Formats: sequence, structure tokens, C-alpha cells
Amino acid sequence: ASRVMVASRNYADFANEATFEIKKCDLHRLEEGPSTTVVMTREEGLHYYKTMQTIRRMELKADQLYKQKIIRGFCHLYDGQEACCVGLEAAIKPTDHVITAYRAHGFTYARGVPTREILAELTGRKGGCVKGKGGSMHMYTKNFYGGNGIVGAQVPLGAGIALACKYFDKNEVCLTLYGDGAANQGQIFETYNMAALWKLPCVFICENNRYGMGTSVERAAASTDYYKRGDFIPGLRVRTDTAFFCGGMGNTFLFKGPILMELQTYRYHGHSMSDPGISYRTREEIQEVRSKSDPITLLKDRMVNNNLASIEELKEIDVAVRKEIEEAAQFATTDPEPPLEELGNHIYFNEPPFEVRGPNQWIRYKSVC
Amino acid sequence: PRRAGGRAAALHCPAAGVSQVTVRDALNQALDEELERDERVFLLGEEVAQYDGAYKISRGLWKKYGDKRVIDTPISEMGFTGIAVGAAMAGLRPVCEFMTFNFSMQAIDQVINSAAKTCYMSAGSIAVPIVFRGPNGASAGVAAQHSQCFAAWYGHCPGLKVVSPWSSEDAKGLLKASIRDDNPVVMLENELLYGVPFEMSEQAQSKDFVVPIGKAKIERQGTHVTLVSHSRPVGHCLEAAAILAKEGVECEVINLRTIRPMDIEAVEASVVKTNHLVTVEGGWPQFGVGAEICARIMEGSAFNYLDAPAVRVTGADVPMPYAKILEDNCIPQVKDIIFAVKKTLNI
Repeated sequence: ASRVMVASRNYADFANEATFEIKKCDLHRLEEGPSTTVVMTREEGLHYYKTMQTIRRMELKADQLYKQKIIRGFCHLYDGQEACCVGLEAAIKPTDHVITAYRAHGFTYARGVPTREILAELTGRKGGCVKGKGGSMHMYTKNFYGGNGIVGAQVPLGAGIALACKYFDKNEVCLTLYGDGAANQGQIFETYNMAALWKLPCVFICENNRYGMGTSVERAAASTDYYKRGDFIPGLRVRTDTAFFCGGMGNTFLFKGPILMELQTYRYHGHSMSDPGISYRTREEIQEVRSKSDPITLLKDRMVNNNLASIEELKEIDVAVRKEIEEAAQFATTDPEPPLEELGNHIYFNEPPFEVRGPNQWIRYKSVC
Repeated sequence: PRRAGGRAAALHCPAAGVSQVTVRDALNQALDEELERDERVFLLGEEVAQYDGAYKISRGLWKKYGDKRVIDTPISEMGFTGIAVGAAMAGLRPVCEFMTFNFSMQAIDQVINSAAKTCYMSAGSIAVPIVFRGPNGASAGVAAQHSQCFAAWYGHCPGLKVVSPWSSEDAKGLLKASIRDDNPVVMLENELLYGVPFEMSEQAQSKDFVVPIGKAKIERQGTHVTLVSHSRPVGHCLEAAAILAKEGVECEVINLRTIRPMDIEAVEASVVKTNHLVTVEGGWPQFGVGAEICARIMEGSAFNYLDAPAVRVTGADVPMPYAKILEDNCIPQVKDIIFAVKKTLNI
């Protein structure tokens, strides 16, 4: 995308909103898709920009900390895919529900967990959002059910959450996310069947980043039209290099029963921190996506070109974000590890204290909660 | 099939309020009462609604509570188990029926990785108040794929509670306790026990009767040897005890009731008294419930009170064959228990 130089402006000079044309969605069993004309306000745009930039910098900081061996185990980074979680969060309410797989840091932030608590969870400290008990793949907050390590297992869970939404009659939905790799899991098709049979308010979302670990979609799926794989479930395919589709999302949730949305996106990092990500794809491909379809760059250009913000203003946001992430990292590297007693806690919920066996019969922990 | 416990029960003159209630009816009562008590409780599984339950445990419940509370699922164990677990995470209290626990293997990832571990991984922020129930272990003539006992596998995992009722009182009280528990509970029933009547006191028939999870029950007091068992073999132990009593051997029979957390203190207290231990279970010997009991007895104070090594009576270490003569010799029989007792007492 080309960059446009604009002269410095006062805030009073900015437009309040702008109208954008977005690519039409591919539809499956749907008469009409979301509108191709979307309106975004300056406020919305700034919010999306800040949120995506925060996630981007947070993930890059995690990369750094992992290479310094301060983060250990699995670490699946979301940089490149920010528009998905930001756009989805914008389309739902805090009272709606979200569940995803292990590439979950972006959603964890979007659902309201502060960056310091995410990074501290990655570094395994007591200030982590789940006290260091979960790590990268198991972060939770209100109406956000993780963070799930077993590929595809989160999909039936999401439909179950949707069942509860319907049961309680509260007009809430559950966004149930999975990747292109998980899309071939049998339990997902079992879930499609039950969600459709029982008309569960479940929005199935396939984040198609073209690779399931090191296996490209063409090598894994007989049909790569993931939005059609729900068969009897209506589906749509969205290109998410922009966060704009969220404007049209409101319409899709009026359906009674499940719907399937495929988001075409890309991850810059390999599958996880132990994967350089270049043995199964070319550096050129990564570079091309970065230069032509980066969601943050595209949003910045669109905002500047449509007089919704200035480059300086966005740069100020960048500076503020960097500062926030530095402070969060500082916290994540200095906060103490959880006390040893934590080992025995939270095995059960709402249980009187009991003894927990350690590595031998003489080592015992007390489960206090 | 022989009726474990039935003979002993029938000899009593019922006291006031005492009735003969089958395990099936006891379970049905428990479900009915808990569905009525808490509107978040619901039942799902194959054939639980319009068929009245594959084994008629949920008879009449769909008629009474309707589609919202009693849900027939397609044959999709992994899917519907995950759905049940997700519903529990979001505040409902599902009872997820497996037609038999053999089919739970299809869904075992959801039971362990989604249900059992989530409270821990989330540092207590997400509870999973779910009950997984269904018939477990050997039946009669259903062959290898339908006869496995899962007590050891589920009992292995922290985060789960695992209960194994024998009598109607156990069945009703434990099911109610399990449904009211805020944690994932695996309830291992036994198909051959469903039709067996047991005495139930008036108290046991009341709507608030619960059997605490994690506490064993001494079904018979004794002084010479401790027999520890769970589920149907408890009945066999009582039969063996009756026969041995005629020879002057008094067995103490402990009904574990709960596999995890196991009430090892009850076993220890008994071993301190009797100095001899025989464990009896329907599952395979290797890595089984009996193996765990023996290991724990060795680790605790009761070891010094043993006058002989502890002995295990288990299912035979083979996949279950079909032919009756073969099957009969693959499950622990009364004669096997008596033999083990005499061996350990050296008589």
C-alpha cells in the first residue's frame, strides 16, 4: 500500500467518520452477506489501532522474552492476525462469550485482561492472570473460556456455552474459534450437527491463516472452503486484512441458530516459538503479506487518507503502547513466581481444605482453595 | 444373574418407612429430585429422553420435564460430552450419560483435559459442575468391547471425583451428592445392579439424603480380615463373609463408595484391627484400584499391623470373552474371594 504524506493538522480538522468499501464476502446458504459499505468513526478507528498495536507489540515482546528463555514451554504468537480478535470483539458485547484455541493472547487482551497480567502469566509469575497456573495456552477471564491446548476440543465446549446462553434465555452468543488445521477434526462436525439441530447461538469462526503448524491448507483439506464445511450451516468467508468487517457483523448475529464464518488471515511467526516458520513457506510470502496486507498498516493508511487521524497522532499512540508494553514486561520479569503452596490449590472448586500428595509420600501440600 | 445383596435384604422384616427399592428406581428418584430442586440441572445423552433411558434409569423424566431438561443426543460422544462440559463452564449443571463407560473412551479427552483440569489451569476461576454417569465394568455376555472397568483410569486423574455405588442408598445418595458437587464427578454404575432391590430407610428416601463423597462405609463388622471392594463385588464380599462366618472367620467388609478421593483411613483403621487385607474389584489387576490400596497401606501406619501380605482379587487379565464358562471365570466370584481370604489367613 502506498503511503500518503499529509501536513500536520489540528484535531478539529479531522472528520468524525468515514465510509469504506470492503470486499464482498463469499456466501454459503446465505441470501445476503454483510454490507460492503462500512462506516467507521474516528473514535472507533483510534480504538482499533491502539488495540491492534498493543497486541502486536505485546506479541513481539513475548518473542523477545522467549528467546531470552524467560518464557518457556509453548508460545504461539498472534502477530499478523490482530484484526480478527479486534474486529470480533467490536462486534459483540462484553456479556457475549468467546472461546478459542491456543493462539490466544490477542483474544485474552481483547476480552479485558491487562497486558501485564498476560505477560506475567507467560513468565509464570504470581501476578499472571491465572497466577502462573495456566501459562500461554490457558488464560481465562470473565466470558472468555481460554486458551485451549487440545486442537478442536474447544469447539464442542463453545457450543455448550451457547447451549447455556439459550437455556438461560439471555440473548447472548458464543464465538467459537478454531483454525484451518482444527477444521478437519471430527468433533467439530459432531458439533455442527448438534448446534444446527438444537439451534444453538453459536458463531463458529475459522481463523484460516493458511497453515496448520507446517501443513498448508492444500495439503490438509480436501476442501479448503472452510466456510462451506458446516454443510447445512450458513457460512461466509471474510478477508480480514482490515477490521472493517465488524461493522457488518451485527447483521449476522440476527440468525436464529449457528453460523460459520471463515476469516482469511496470516501469522508472521511460525506455528510456535520453536518453529522458524520458513521450512514450509517462503520468506517472500511472509514479506508480501507484511507489505501489502498488514492490518495495522492498512488501518493507519485508511485513517490518514480519510482524514480520521494524523500520522503524528498515531505515532503518539505507538509511543504510548511501547511504554505500556515495556512496563508490562518489567512487571512480568520482576514479579515473584507463585509460592510453592499454590501447587496444591484449585484442584477442586469450593472444596474444604485437603492434603495433596507430592512426589513422595512425605511431601504433602495443603489445598486451601 | 445372581442378585448380590438381594438375599440378605429379603430376610429382614422391614421397619417403619423402610422399602425395597431397586438401584434403577433409586437413581431415577435422585435425578427427579435434583431436576426439581435446581433448574440449572439437566440430563443429556443417547436415548435418555423418549426411550426413557437405554437402561430405563431416566424413565418418566422427559415426560415430566420436557425437551429443555432432558435432551436426546445423536451418537456423538466426543461432541456431546464437550457440549456438556462447555455448558457446565457457563453455569449449568449437566448430567452427561454415557450409555456405557466403554463409549466414554471416545470422549475421554473432554472428561480429562476439558473437565478435570480446567479449575486448576484457571486458578479456580472456572468451575465445571458436571456429572458423567453410566454403567461401568462387566455385564453379562456383552463381550470384550462392552465390559471394561474404568475405575482405575478415571481414578488416576486429579481434578476428578470418582464414585462407585453398590446399594440403592449408595446410588441415590451419591448421585445427589455428585450433582450438588461443584466439580466434575464420574459416577460408575453397574448394569447388573440396576434391577437389584435394596432396603432403603425412610431417611434414605428423603429428598435431601446425600451420601458424602470420599467416605467409605463398613457394610459388615469383622475381626479377622478386611475385605475392601466397590460396586457389585461388595455383594460378593458379603456373600463370602456369610459363608466364612460359618467356619468361624469374621470378615469386615468395606464398601469404598468413592474411588477418588479414596477413604484410605477407613481401610487403615480396619487393617489395624484385623491385620489382614484382601481387595476385591471387577477391573483388571494391573494398575488397578486394589494395587493403589495396597501401595497406600504400605505407606501408612497400617503396614506394621499386617500379619500377611495384602492380596488382590480382580478381574482376569484378559479382554472379556463371550462364552459363559469363560466369562464367569473372568470376574471375581465368591469362591475366589473365599480362597483369597483363606490363603491370607493361612487356613
